[in-house]
Parts: sequence; structure tokens; C-alpha cells
Amino acid sequence: MTQPTTTPPGGDPTTADLTAPTPAVGDGGPDMVQLLTPEGERVETPNGAPYAPYVDALTDDELRGFYRDLVLIRRVDAEATALQRQGELGIWASLLGQEAAQVGSGRALKPQDYAFPTYREHGVAWCRGVDPLNLLGMFRGVNNGGWDPNEKNFHLYTIIIGAQTLHATGYAMGIQRDGAVGTGDPDRDAAVIAYFGDGASSQGDVSESFGFSAVYNAPVVFFCQNNQWAISEPNEKQTRIPLYQRARGFGFPGVRVDGNDVLAVYAVTKHALEEARSGQGPFLVEAYTYRMGAHTTSDDPTKYRVSAEVEVWKLRDPIARLKAWLAHEGKADAAFFDQVEAEGDELAAHVRQGTLAMPDPEGASMFEHVYVEPHPHVAAQREEFVRYQASFEGAH
Amino acid sequence: MTTLTIAKALTNGLRAAMEKDPKVVLMGEDIGKLGGVFRVTEGLQKDFGEDRVIDTPLAEAGIVGTAIGLALRGYRPVVEIQFDGFVYPAFDHIVSQVAKMRARSLGKVSLPMVIRIPVGGGIGAVEHHSESNEAYFAHTAGLRVVSVASPQDAYWGIQAAIATDDPVIFYEPKRRYWDKGEVDLDTPTAGLYDAVVAREGTDCTVAAYGPMVKTCLQAAQAAADEGRSLEVVDLRSLAPLDLDTLCASVTKTGRLVVVHEASVTGGLGAEIAAAVTQRCFYSLEAPVLRVGGYDVPYPPSRVEEEFLPDLDRVLDGVDRAMAF
Ligand SMILES: Cc1ncc(C[n+]2csc(CCOP(=O)(O)OP(=O)(O)O)c2C)c(N)n1
Repeated sequence: MTQPTTTPPGGDPTTADLTAPTPAVGDGGPDMVQLLTPEGERVETPNGAPYAPYVDALTDDELRGFYRDLVLIRRVDAEATALQRQGELGIWASLLGQEAAQVGSGRALKPQDYAFPTYREHGVAWCRGVDPLNLLGMFRGVNNGGWDPNEKNFHLYTIIIGAQTLHATGYAMGIQRDGAVGTGDPDRDAAVIAYFGDGASSQGDVSESFGFSAVYNAPVVFFCQNNQWAISEPNEKQTRIPLYQRARGFGFPGVRVDGNDVLAVYAVTKHALEEARSGQGPFLVEAYTYRMGAHTTSDDPTKYRVSAEVEVWKLRDPIARLKAWLAHEGKADAAFFDQVEAEGDELAAHVRQGTLAMPDPEGASMFEHVYVEPHPHVAAQREEFVRYQASFEGAH
Repeated sequence: MTTLTIAKALTNGLRAAMEKDPKVVLMGEDIGKLGGVFRVTEGLQKDFGEDRVIDTPLAEAGIVGTAIGLALRGYRPVVEIQFDGFVYPAFDHIVSQVAKMRARSLGKVSLPMVIRIPVGGGIGAVEHHSESNEAYFAHTAGLRVVSVASPQDAYWGIQAAIATDDPVIFYEPKRRYWDKGEVDLDTPTAGLYDAVVAREGTDCTVAAYGPMVKTCLQAAQAAADEGRSLEVVDLRSLAPLDLDTLCASVTKTGRLVVVHEASVTGGLGAEIAAAVTQRCFYSLEAPVLRVGGYDVPYPPSRVEEEFLPDLDRVLDGVDRAMAF
């Protein structure tokens, strides 16, 4: 297998670097790749330069498409949050604030790539063409997953923190064995992307997946959405060095990108995926972003974080900056923005109606799909269950 | 006497244990400022500091593994696992290390630690948030497993679990966290490993623990309205089982229905049925019956009411026992 050729970023850290407390890098620090400022201006920096060509290659249509994705998925998210408040969903994990990290990376994928999400990747699902209603089923409580992952190469949501990073690595090892890495055929070479959070970086599974992917040189891009919080715990409770630097210790490159800059996320992820597909092995992308809402609808962030922090991040909104840039460059006009708004209304209506129309499953459905082969205990219990349920008919 | 919810009784019990013994430390995800996702540790970090109420990285193996080290050094860690389904990353440490340390050291080393686990369903959560995994731990020699069902037991049970030198898996019935009850702050009603008769009766014994105790008490009330007298035994301790109390009840009533949320196959009900049959064979008027979850993965929340034993399923079990 080919060995990595990309040099990990950054020079050798000194002892002082390594023992210093985590610097407060509320703005992501100087290593962060950014192509579009929060004010919506394209910037040219040395560490952004290698990635700029990916953006330059985009058509205006594609750029407008990014905007459309961002707006629509935010709209889906808002509708789902409202549905939860109205009792139609048991719980909802909002992606508010993380749209660019998800759309930028999701749009960098090719159809033959495979995505392993955690439970918040609604924007990636959107980019893969998964109907948002599929996502809502689990949150409504009518199923525990519910879609065919192989249809769009988008795996089921994984709630056990970090587990999917190992699955992604194994899947990538399968791609390798199938000879679909480094052939030079753009329609054949494939990679895997594994999503996880800053909190997840503490799980053993994540370290193990780094280790496995590195020693097998597996074509997997680890995509960490560092949204600063793992429920109530800030980054400092998970790590002492910036997360992207972890990759170096495992022998593969790690890059921090402005997670609220859809262009930069797209470019960096595209590069990482190309490296993986061409046989250079794993790559860690840390998308530096912020969870604007609560962890889930069950959480109360006022207990552990100050509102001033939220205000700072509001100014870094991923949608506003792209809109400003598109408008300033004359790549999109008011009619386009209005049309996207209208599409959002339609999509929200689809989500609402589809959710309300989602029936509760039959009780007997719990006995389905437990095993591939018939199982006498399950069959017997199913029969007993059906008989027992029938005994109530006409009674109560 | 004072009235508390189970959650608040636990908070007060933890507080009392921490005040009594400076070696008691709490560890877990989000247990500091947030007070845990169920707020059981609310206010404790403020009062005892970050060294004693430790917000940990998001890593269950890490939490239990480091708690082992702290216990080896003389501390008494009380670990919070956020939800039942998240204990598995720590499973290896619990069954391979925690459970066996004392035997391996020929009694030289003990691990006085408590692993608190909110357990069971009925709160409409997504997957992995509603599991009953007590059988895995009760099956492992070296662990003690207890499950509280009332504020009184919560308050005293957590203190007793912390005080014992053995490792304890401490189950808290999450859908009962907000149930209120009387707590006698001066005296515990029963020892940590004692079963108690929660309601006296003569026709049939119903044995349960944790969240199902309330369901069984409701079933007993409904049965009484129809002229049938059920005795409800709250097992409280799952490993070891207090068979003396249970068998005394079964000897009296001649019948036993065991109720739990966990899937029936290989569940604790199987162990209880075997043990009671062995001891009380000549007193039994009917085979020991089990009412529990089906042998399927815990279903999505919109179906969980049909998965979980409810009052009717308990009464149905009793009917079947009485029909022999
Ligand atoms: C093994 C495990 N432990 C605990 C949890 C409970 N939990 C769900 S999300 C979460 C925080 C995750 O934080 P992070 O990885 O940063 O992702 P984010 O939710 O911020 O996107 C926790 C502790 C879980 N789902 N799985």
C-alpha cells in the first residue's frame, strides 16, 4: 500500500508548546483555513492558498447551490425544532450554526464515497439526497433508523458516541480490498467520510479508528465538527491541544478549517477526499464551528454557557457571509434569494405534513427484522403478543 | 420525615456521603455545572469543587478505568453513566477489572466504587436510552447490583452503596426520577441487600425491582378492587438476591410472578424462577411465571408502551398463575 506523501502541517512543537495550556482560540487561531471572512470577503492567506483553486473551479450555479443548501437545511432544522415543541417529535438535535461545515463537506463527496454520520448531520444527509423525513422518523420515535444506507451511501445515524468512526475505517478498508483506491479512475476511486464531534474525540473508538486507518493507510477522512461544546462540556474538558493536531500523532495530516465558511470547508474536504481516494491514507479535517442552539431540545445551555459567546458567533453566521459575497460579486440577485426563501417554505411544508402523516408503527412491528433467519422465540412471542392485543378488542 | 423526588433524594444522599467522607469523589459527563442530564448532581460541584465533582471527558471506558485507579489510591469514586445504553464502552473495565480485582489480589485490594446508571424505558427517548442491562452485571461475580424504587431507598441506598467496600452497580429508574415520596432522614428502612414486602397479600407474590415496583403496586391495587390479594416484593438487590424474603412470601402465597422490563430470555426472572423453584418446590401451586420485555431490541418510543410490561400485563401474568 502507498505511504502518505502529504507532510503534516505545522513544525515540530517545542516542549513549551506541548505543556502550555490550551490557548484560547475563540477565532480558530492562525492555522485555520479561511477563504471567506465573516463579512463576506474572499481572503488570500498562505494556508488558504493551496485550497483556493477548488473554489475557483466552481461555477456560479454551484456557488448559488451552496447557498440554497445552507438555507434549505436551516429551514428543515427550524421546522423540526418547531415540530418538537409541538410534541410531534420526541427530541431534535439541531444543526443551527453548523450548516456550512455539513454542506461544504457533503458537497465535496462523490456518489461512490460513503458517509458515516453521527446524529446531527442533517445537512450532509441533504447533500446525499436523503429525504429529511427519513431523519425525522427516529426523532419522532417511529423507527430506530429507517432508511437504506446503501441507497445514497449515507449510513444510519449513530448515537453511541464515536462508534461510527471505526465502522467508517472498516468500510474504507473494504474499499481498499476491492481495489477502488488509487486506480486513477475518477469514477472508481472512493473514500469514506466519518463525522464526529469534539466530545467524541475523547472516546477510545475514535483513537482506535485513527490508529487502524493510519496503519492500514485506509481511505477515510475524519471530519470533526468542533462546535465547542459536548453538551455542557467545553473543549478544555476534552483536549489540551487543538484537535486537528491529533492526527500528527497518528501519522496523518490534520487541518483546521473555518467551519462557518462553506467555501473553505468544501475546498479542504475535497482535497482530503482526493488524497484518500488516490491512496494517501487518512486525513483529519477539524471544522471549527459553533452549536448555536441547545445540544438537543432536552438541553438547557443557559446552565453552562454565557450568552455573550453566542452573540460573538452570530456574527460569524455561515449563511450571511455567503449571501453578502454572492450579492457583492453579482453572482446572485434578489430574485434568486427570494426564490430560495420560497423553496424553503415549500420544503418546510413537506417536512411538516410528512411528519404529521407519519403513522405510529403497529406494536407487532417490533418483532420484525430482529433476525434474518426465523427465530422460534421471537415468532412465539409475536404470536402471544398478537393474541394478547386481540383480547382487548371490544373490552376497554 | 421529608418529601422528596427520587432524583432529589439521590442528590441529598450523595451530598451526605460527600460530607461524611472526603474520599468520596463524583465523576461523569456533564455532572458539574449542568448537574447531570437528570440533574442528580445539581449544585454539588458548586459546593464541593471541581476536584470532587469531576466533569470528565466524553469517554465511558476512561471514566470507569480511571475510577479504578482512584479507588486503588484510596478514593471512593461514584461514577455517573449518562444513560443505560452508554455503559457498554466501559463494560470491559467493569466485568474484567472492577469485578475481579479483589479475587485476583487475594483480598488485598478492594474497589469501593459505585457505578450509577439511570435505567429503563418509558420516557419516549431515542435508541440506547431505555435499556435494562442488569442481567449482564448480575451475572458477573464480584459485582453487587442494586436497584432503587423509592425516594427513601434512593437516599439511603446511595449512601450505603458508597459506604460498602465492594463495587456496586447502582440502578436508578429514570422514569421514576420525578416521583415523590416520604424520606426518613434519620433511619434507613432496610439494608442495601434486603428485599422488602412493599404490599402484603395472600393469593400470589409479584416480585419486581426499580421502575416496575410502582407498576406492580398499581396492579395489586387494581387486583384488590376485584377481590384478589397480591403481595408485592421489591427485590431491591439483584446481586445478591435476598431469597429469604422472597421465599417467605412465596411459601405464604404459593405463587410467584416475576416482572421486569428487560427481555425475558436470560433475564433476571430466569434466575429467580430457578432459585425459587429449587427452594420452594413443595409450596408452589403454579410454575414461577415471568412478565417482561420481548426478545427484541428495545423498540422505537412510539411502540415502547407495548414492549414494556404494564399493569394489564402484570395482571395477565397473575391470572395465568392463578389458573393452575
Ligand atoms: C457512548 C455515549 N456516551 C454518552 C452519550 C450521550 N451524549 C450524546 S451527545 C453527547 C455530547 C456529544 O458531543 P460532541 O461529540 O462534541 O458532538 P455534538 O453533540 O456537540 O455535535 C453526549 C455526552 C452518548 N450518546 N454515547
